[in-house]
Amino acid sequence: MILRNLATRGAGRPWVAELITLIVLFLCPLVLPLLGVGADMASRILIWGLFGLGFDILFGFTGLLSFGQAAFFGVGGFVSAFLLTQTGMTNVVLALFIGTLVAMVAGALVGFFTLRRSGIYFAMITLAFAEMFHFLELSPLSNWTGGENGLTGVPTPTLGLGSWAVELQSGWQMFGFIAVFFFIGYVIAHRIVLSPFGQVLTALRDNSPRALATGHSVRKYKLAAFVIAAGFGGIAGGLLGVLQSYMPPDALAFHTSGQLVMQSVIGGAGTLFGPLLGAGVWLGLRDSLQDFPTIAPAWKLILGVVFVVLITVFRQGLLGAVKTLFTPRRVATEPDVAELSAEVTRRHAVAGVPDAQLREDEVPDYAFHADTPHRRAKGLDITPKAADKGMPALECRNLTKRYGGLTANEGITLSIPEGQLRGIIGPNGAGKSTFFKMLAGEVAPTEGEIFLHGANITGLGVTAVSQLGMSKSYQINQLFAKLTVAQNLAIPVLARIRGEFRPDMLTSLHGVPGLHGQIEATLEMVNLLERADVPVTELAYGEKRRLEIGLALANAPNVLLLDEPLAGMSPRERADTVQLLKQIRAGRTLVVVEHDMDAMFELAEYISVLQEGRLLAEGTPEEIKGDQRVQDAYLGGMEEV
Amino acid sequence: MPSLPLFLSQLFNGLALGLLLALISAGLTVIYGTLGVLNLAHGALFMVGAYAGFVAMEHTGSFVLAMVGGMAGALIVGLLMERIIIRYFYQRPAEDQILVTFGIGIIITEAVRLGFGGISQRVAVPEWGQGITKLGFLFYPTYRIEVMVIVAVVLLLLYLILYRTRIGMIVRAGIEDSLMVNMLGINVYRVFLLVFGIGAMTAGFAGIINAPIVAVTPDMGEAILVQSFVVIVIGGVGSFPGAVVGGIIAGEIVSLTSMFNPAYSHVMLFAVMALLLAVRPQGLFGIEGRE
Repeated sequence: MILRNLATRGAGRPWVAELITLIVLFLCPLVLPLLGVGADMASRILIWGLFGLGFDILFGFTGLLSFGQAAFFGVGGFVSAFLLTQTGMTNVVLALFIGTLVAMVAGALVGFFTLRRSGIYFAMITLAFAEMFHFLELSPLSNWTGGENGLTGVPTPTLGLGSWAVELQSGWQMFGFIAVFFFIGYVIAHRIVLSPFGQVLTALRDNSPRALATGHSVRKYKLAAFVIAAGFGGIAGGLLGVLQSYMPPDALAFHTSGQLVMQSVIGGAGTLFGPLLGAGVWLGLRDSLQDFPTIAPAWKLILGVVFVVLITVFRQGLLGAVKTLFTPRRVATEPDVAELSAEVTRRHAVAGVPDAQLREDEVPDYAFHADTPHRRAKGLDITPKAADKGMPALECRNLTKRYGGLTANEGITLSIPEGQLRGIIGPNGAGKSTFFKMLAGEVAPTEGEIFLHGANITGLGVTAVSQLGMSKSYQINQLFAKLTVAQNLAIPVLARIRGEFRPDMLTSLHGVPGLHGQIEATLEMVNLLERADVPVTELAYGEKRRLEIGLALANAPNVLLLDEPLAGMSPRERADTVQLLKQIRAGRTLVVVEHDMDAMFELAEYISVLQEGRLLAEGTPEEIKGDQRVQDAYLGGMEEV
Repeated sequence: MPSLPLFLSQLFNGLALGLLLALISAGLTVIYGTLGVLNLAHGALFMVGAYAGFVAMEHTGSFVLAMVGGMAGALIVGLLMERIIIRYFYQRPAEDQILVTFGIGIIITEAVRLGFGGISQRVAVPEWGQGITKLGFLFYPTYRIEVMVIVAVVLLLLYLILYRTRIGMIVRAGIEDSLMVNMLGINVYRVFLLVFGIGAMTAGFAGIINAPIVAVTPDMGEAILVQSFVVIVIGGVGSFPGAVVGGIIAGEIVSLTSMFNPAYSHVMLFAVMALLLAVRPQGLFGIEGRE
C-alpha cells in the first residue's frame, strides 16, 4: 500500500504508542524512585507535559507560536480551585472539568482577537492577553482569586462513592491520579494529530495561504487548535492546584508561558512528547543542581544557553535529534532525476543542440512519456458543477482592478464555454497575474463580476471558490514543505471531501472515504506514484512543478486555472507537461496563462490576448497568429512562430 | 468625578510614562522595521542599561557618566548578540527569531541576577534633578520634567538620523530590498549592525534615565517589554511615528485609568489594544498586509 505513511509512521495502529505510554506510566512509581526522582517531581513533569501536549498541537503542528498559554493554565487552575475552595463543591474531577471548559471558552475569546494576525503579531498579542488575565487575577478579581495570595486549601481528590470513598494520599497515589489525566490527554492529542483535522493543521503550518486556496477555512482550523491548546492548559492548571493544594498567582505570569515554550523547544516541538521531555530536563536540572551550591543559582542561565544553542543549531530539539538518528536514510527508488537531465544536456551538447531549442519530437527515448497507457488516471474525481448546464463554465464581465492610481486590469469581459482549453497570453506586465488572481478569488475586483457555471462568485474569496470546484496552480510552487508528496495531495482532497471545516478530530485519516483513491489517481496522473512517500524537500524541480499541478488537480476541479505551468521547466519536462495538460482536460475546463507560445498554440482551442490590462484580441490560435495587433503588441516577437 | 488639577496632573504623568514607552518602543520598532527581527531581548537591554549606569554611578558618582555607561553597556551587549547569534537568524522564520531573542533575554537577565543578586538597587537622582518644580497648576519632581525633555530630544534625534540622513536612507532602502542595496556596493549587513546598535542604545539609555525613578532589578525589563509590545501593536509594527504616538496613548491610558481605579489601569491598556485589533488590525500607523 503506497499511502502507508500518509500521516506518520504507524498511523494505522495508534494504540501501539498508547499502550507503550500506559506501560511506562505504570512503571514510573517503580523505576523513578531508584533514579532519585520523587513523586512530587514526577507529578510536576507530567502536568507540564500535559500542558505541553496542547501547546505542541498549537505550535509544533499548527505553527502558531503563542506566548500567552499561561492565561489558560491560570484560568483552568483558578476556576477549579475557586469551585473547590469557595463554593463547597467537593467533586474534584467535576471542578477540573468545569475549569477546563472555562479555559476553552477563554481560548475561543482570546483566539478571536489574536488569530486576526499571525507571526510576530500573534506572539505579541497572545503575550499581552495573558498579561491582561494576570492583572485581572491580581486585583479586580482578587475577591475571588485571592489576588497575590492565590487560593489555598484546594482539597485532595476522593475516589469511590459513599462509604467506599478513599481520599488520595499525596505522593505516588497523587501521581497516579495525574497520570490518568495525562494518559487520556495523550490519547486525545495523538488521535487529533493522526486525524484528517490534524493533517490539515500541518498544512496551515507549512503554507497557510495555499491551505486557504485549496478550500480550507484557515481561521476556523486555527481557532479550533487554539481552543484545544487552551483546554489542555486548563486541565493542567487545575491539576497543579490539586497537586499543591494551592493555586499560585504566578501560574498566570509571563514566565509560565515562557517556561512552556522553552520546554517544548528543548524537548522537540511537533513530537507530542517533546514538551514532557523538556519539562523533565527543566525540573531535573533545577533540582539536581541544588546539590552544588556554587552553580545552583545559575540553573536558569544554563537552561537559557541550552535553549539558544538548540534553537541555533538543532531546531528539532532533543527528541527530534533522537528521531533523526534512528530514521534510516532514504534509498532512491527512481533513476536519479538530476542525473537524467544532466544526461540530456550532455547528449545535446555533443550533438550541438542548445537546450532551449529542443523540440517536443526530439525528446530522448529514455525519458518517461506522459502518454503511456498505464498513466491514464482511472478514478480522478471531478466536482459536480454548481449550476445548470448550458451556461459558460467561466465568465467575467467588465472586470477591473485598481491599486490606488494604478490600473492593473480594466473592463475585461470574456466567456469560456464548458470544456474549452483557453489560453491567456500577453506581454510581461499585461495584467495576466492580477486577472488570474481575481478569477480565483484571491483578489477582489474593484469593479465587475465573475460567474462560475452561471453562479456569481464575485468577492466570495478563494476558499469558497475552491469549494465550488475551481482551483488554481501557481506560477511559483506553493507546496507544503515539510510534508511528503502524498500528504501534500491529501490536503486538497480533504478540502474536497470534508468541506471548508470539519472537527473530525478523533477519526482516523485512513477512514476518510475516497481519500486514498483520489490521491493515488492524482499521483498516477502527475507521474509521482513512485515518489509518494518522499518529502517535498527531496524532489527535483520538475517533480515539484508536477506536484504543484497535482495539488490543483487533487481538488477535483471542474474549472482549472494554470498560471504558467511550464515555467522554468527543461524541454523534456515541458513536453511531458504538455501531454499531462492534454490528459487532464477531459471533463474539465482549463484556463492557462503561458509564455511558451509553441505550447500554447498547440494546446489551446481559443486564445485571449491581454495588453496593458485590457483585452486586446480573441480568437483561435490561427486567428491570433495572423492578428496584426497581437504581432504589434509583441513588437514582432510573434514573427518567429 | 476627579477634580481638574488631579486630572491635569494625571495627564502629565501619562505623558511622562508615555514618552518613556515611546523611546523604548522606538528602539524595538526600528530594529523590527529594518532587520525584520522582533527582539524579545529588548527588555533585557533596557535592564542592562540601568545596571551598567548603576555601576558607572557607583564608581564615578557622576550621573552624566552613568548615562554614558548605561548606553555603552547596552550597546556592547546588543552588538555582541547581533554578531554572535542574531545575524544567523535573518533568513530564518519569524518564529525562530522570536524564540532565539527570547532565549538571549533570559541569558542576559539571569547573568545579571547572578552578578548582582536578585535584590533591587537604587540609583540616586542627580544633583541637577533634585527638588520640585512648580508648573503653574501643579508641583512636579524636577527630575521627571527633565527626563521628559531629554527623552523628547532623543526621540527627535532618532527621527532625524533615520529619516533625514544618508545612513537613514540606506537603512530604509535596506528594509525594502537588502540584496539590491548590497549589490550597489553598500555593506548592508554593517548597516544592520548599526541599526541594532542604535536600537540597543536607546533601550539602554531609557533604562538608565528611568533608573532614579524606579527600583533597579533583573526583572525590570519584562514588564516594560510587554508594555512596549502593546505600544507597537497600537501604533503599528515597524512604524516610528506609530511607536511615539502609541507610547503616549498607552501612557495616558494607564495614567488616566488609575485616576478612577488603579486596579484596572493595565487591564484597560490591554482592552484598548484588543479593541483596536478588532477595528484596525494593522495598528494606527501600520501598513495593511504587512506582518
